[in-house]
Amino acid sequence: MAETKTIAPAEGPGTRFWNWLTETQIWTSVFRHGRPDSDRNRVLVVLSNVFLHLHPVRLRKSGVRLRYTWCMGGLSFFLFLVLTFTGLLLMFYYRPTLEYAYTDIVGLREHVPLGIMREMHRWGAHAMVITVWLHMFRVFMTGSYKPPREFNWSVGVVMLVLTLLLSFTGYLLPWDQLAIWAITVGSNMARATPFLGYEGPGAQLLRLGDVPLIHAADDARFALLGGTFVGEGALLRFYVLHCVGLPLAIAVLMAVHFWRVRKDGGISGPL
Amino acid sequence: MVLIKGFVNTLADPRLFFLLACVGLAVLIWKREQLASSAVGYGTLGFLGIFFVFGTFDPNFRLIVTKPDNVPIVGLIFLLAFFVWYSLREGVLNDRRIAAGQGPIEKAESDRVWVWPDLVYIELIALVLCSVLLIVWSIFLKAPLEQPANPANTPNPSKAPWYFLGLQEMLVYFDPWLAGVVLPGLIIAGLIAIPYIDRNPKGNGYYTFNERKPEIVLFLFGFAVLWSSLIVLGTFLRGPNWNFFGPFEYWDIHKLAALTNVNLSEYFWIRMLKTGYPSAWAVRELPGIVLVLLYVFALPVLLGKSVFKGYYEKLGPSRYYVTAFLFLAMMSLPLKMLARWILNLKYVVAIPEIFFNI
Ligand code: HEM
Repeated sequence: MAETKTIAPAEGPGTRFWNWLTETQIWTSVFRHGRPDSDRNRVLVVLSNVFLHLHPVRLRKSGVRLRYTWCMGGLSFFLFLVLTFTGLLLMFYYRPTLEYAYTDIVGLREHVPLGIMREMHRWGAHAMVITVWLHMFRVFMTGSYKPPREFNWSVGVVMLVLTLLLSFTGYLLPWDQLAIWAITVGSNMARATPFLGYEGPGAQLLRLGDVPLIHAADDARFALLGGTFVGEGALLRFYVLHCVGLPLAIAVLMAVHFWRVRKDGGISGPL
Repeated sequence: MVLIKGFVNTLADPRLFFLLACVGLAVLIWKREQLASSAVGYGTLGFLGIFFVFGTFDPNFRLIVTKPDNVPIVGLIFLLAFFVWYSLREGVLNDRRIAAGQGPIEKAESDRVWVWPDLVYIELIALVLCSVLLIVWSIFLKAPLEQPANPANTPNPSKAPWYFLGLQEMLVYFDPWLAGVVLPGLIIAGLIAIPYIDRNPKGNGYYTFNERKPEIVLFLFGFAVLWSSLIVLGTFLRGPNWNFFGPFEYWDIHKLAALTNVNLSEYFWIRMLKTGYPSAWAVRELPGIVLVLLYVFALPVLLGKSVFKGYYEKLGPSRYYVTAFLFLAMMSLPLKMLARWILNLKYVVAIPEIFFNI
């Protein structure tokens, strides 16, 4: 156990106010522990707070070092929260139909004073892709995927894929040239899925007599786009996935991920 | 200046660019002892910074680098260069400690600290810095919005979102079913498989290079060279018709690229045997099919008996074959690139009749 530094509080109006505040009925009803100036109370700070108790009470000194984690996992999570919040605000303005999608975005930039929610959402999404990659990279370089953390690495990979899919589905929503063509290029790949895409190898083999089972209107790409091209169906599908399906999935996996970080013995370190 | 720009444009040619990325990684690993000094790391970052600052004086460079959606990739270049270097450096420092019998630095720091306040404050600071950065970035750079979607008007080039541009770059060498479906699937499966096929018990929970050489080299090759450098290539150096353009070059729609790629079957039947194509495609493509089958099924066995004998014994058959398969799948990209550049090879197997081209 590292020495706990105790700094004697300097007497002054600030301290007196703090002492008074932390003894009011309101404060003590919210925080059910004394001021965090003893080891016991520091433990209670973490244990009696639903948000902080994602953490253990104590952890390896190397684990809190920036040089070790680069803080990339934490930043990925923080960016996810930022994206959830800004995304919610964007949903107030945005309607996912051919008629309104583009004009709503235009409105967002023209009529909302000091509006930077769209910017924060977009740049935050780019940043999250980068932080997740770097997080994976640091986990690899510290060998933190080795037993007992194999499973958590796998959960991480799935979240990486979900992060990319979230970003990809969101890219379509502004419904401008950039959006539909990027999604067209991306989703054209699905057409070539072996067996399941109508231009994929093997798809012709799946036929009943003369009737092909896989064609442009029922293949993998069609399932993705809800149509044979990037149109109304695709916009709705991507919107639902982007705002509900994928965030839910990744949130559940994050809960698993954080839970496992602790169950696997906290931040990794040499034995 | 013109000379320098011309030189950089030449270096950025996909072939040289890829080669340079490989050489850069090799040198970084080989000379890591010397390169581990802070002077080298921060010097490189400074050099990159100067390059970008001076670069933006050039209109073509500025156009592509300051495109709003490309700005994060400029950031990615810096972050990636920094963290690749940084993690290797931490490895080198730890390796020195281990060699001196002290154990890694993480071992010396294994006593526990309280989460409150030691961790919570770090998190708070990181959170505030990150918010400030994001807000400033959002104030100064508007999110892009182009013309309304118009299915009748295809922009040239049409690019996927930037994080998929490595995959789009693969389309130059492989058909969509491989570049867009099978290989990405294998990347995901391979990543998930890493902890289960890497049986090296060392290097768990600390930076090191010497104790995990092959794993780290392979991962860096995949992550830094194949994935990331191809993203940079696809973003900054691919213009209309997915033609190559140097960073200081004007994106001319009419630039012509010679397309003289040849299938393996042509090499075999026409140039070597001089008989002309057999009529059945199964026969026509036989040489290619045999080659692919050998690559996928025979090569792992051969390697396991020769070069990779040690791994075969260490990993056991099932882990070894999974590893070898994933490894060869990954190497298929650089191999196909080389075949394209040296032999102008288009397809090893080309059966357009059933959309099966490799
Ligand atoms: C949505 C994205 C993700 C979030 C929010 C996230 C969050 C976190 C956090 C907060 C930690 C604690 C330590 C740290 O900050 O480094 C962590 C640890 C870990 N993450 Fe992630 N992660 C994500 C994606 C990934 C990915 C893509 C991988 C791997 C492929 C991964 C594998 C791991 C592993 C193995 C640990 C344990 C590391 C250790 O004990 O040192 N995570 N993650």
